[in-house]
Amino acid sequence: MSLDKPYLDVPGTTIFDAEQSRAGYWLNQFCMSLMKAENRARFKANERAYLDEWAMTEDQKLAVMARDLNRCIALGGNIYFLAKIGATDGSSFQQMAGSMTGMSEQEYRDMMVGGGRSVEGNRYLGEDGDAQPHRQPQGKAGEKARNEKGGA
Amino acid sequence: MAKITASVYTSHVPAIGVAIDQGKTQEPYWQPVFEGYEFSKKWLKDNKPDVIFLVYNDHATAFSLDLIPTFAIGTGAEYQPADEGWGPRPVPKVIGAPKLAAHIAQSVIQQDFDLTIVNKMDVDHGLTVPLSLMCGQPEAWPCPVIPFAVNVVQYPVPSGARCFALGQAIRRAVESYDEPLNVQIWGTGGMSHQLQGARAGLINAAWDNAFLDRLIADPTGLSKVSHIEYVREAGSEGIELVMWLIARGAMADVAGGPAPKLAHRFYHVPASNTAVGHLILENSN
Repeated sequence: MSLDKPYLDVPGTTIFDAEQSRAGYWLNQFCMSLMKAENRARFKANERAYLDEWAMTEDQKLAVMARDLNRCIALGGNIYFLAKIGATDGSSFQQMAGSMTGMSEQEYRDMMVGGGRSVEGNRYLGEDGDAQPHRQPQGKAGEKARNEKGGA
Repeated sequence: MAKITASVYTSHVPAIGVAIDQGKTQEPYWQPVFEGYEFSKKWLKDNKPDVIFLVYNDHATAFSLDLIPTFAIGTGAEYQPADEGWGPRPVPKVIGAPKLAAHIAQSVIQQDFDLTIVNKMDVDHGLTVPLSLMCGQPEAWPCPVIPFAVNVVQYPVPSGARCFALGQAIRRAVESYDEPLNVQIWGTGGMSHQLQGARAGLINAAWDNAFLDRLIADPTGLSKVSHIEYVREAGSEGIELVMWLIARGAMADVAGGPAPKLAHRFYHVPASNTAVGHLILENSN
């Protein structure tokens, strides 16, 4: 009998379950290593060499080097672990969270000050809220991409 | 005997800790957040407990993927503020209450909750930010603290119903302790927030306020809310709110006593990515 996973139809959301945790084990443990100042320095000095010390997949290493947090999460990363990369870079949680939406830092901050992202249209995949796959990336970057696509 | 006199509920956003530590509490962005805790700081001075039983979650700090305890009780003599990658917060070390904690651990395990017992760990913002919000910036925290860490990082986290029943077991454990201690139980985390993916930044003020209403008046009904509703309505990290049900389950009315008195209620959006919610409930004497 398969496990009950009622959370797969929430747009823009990956639940860190046992399967994700297994896939992301070394990625997340690499992140934990960045809690030591000495490791942060070694990582900064040569990211590729440091990552090669870990039993991570090539895709996971590339996603870390690109600071593509959505990709890191798809590959088993968890935000509380990935936050250690942000701390190493000097980024706040807000900057990290915002980076996953495609919005600029200011756009994301303005959204939060304005009361945050609405849940309307964002409860189930297939609705029309701003977190749905067909509306990515968000913000001006997304508008530009869609205008160029529409005009081509 | 020892007694639970009150419960406190609050969000524990890391940026709040940063704002306090960097002296930004009077900036326009932060001022409304801290104003909501002015009453609470005075209340805590007037209602100083002997021990705080502080329910929180670790954020990949003391517990990595090496070890993922669902419920972990701190029975140590003291705990250092953790370096979460930004350096440790400049706050006092946390003094434990080993004797009471060991008593609670034994009693609660005998009530069929299989706790993990922790004698040595660092504590992260999940534990220290609520203390800062309620105490300001003292030289030492006002009393010993029993840290109680709940796994809300790796799914499945414990259900609301399980947390609520655990709170009831904690209450029985405290009341079976011979010393006449005044114990407060704090439930922390939440409210609505999501820190990941295209849905990052989700806030649901209507759902949060309904949660606060029900936590006060209908905790038994609220404890039946499913995981998926928290995720869908309050964001993937909004699931932290199950921890509030542990504190609520420890209140007297759940065991047939009188309804608690609402001493304070506060709600504000945003603090960084998160909605801040806060309640103080007092048991009547």
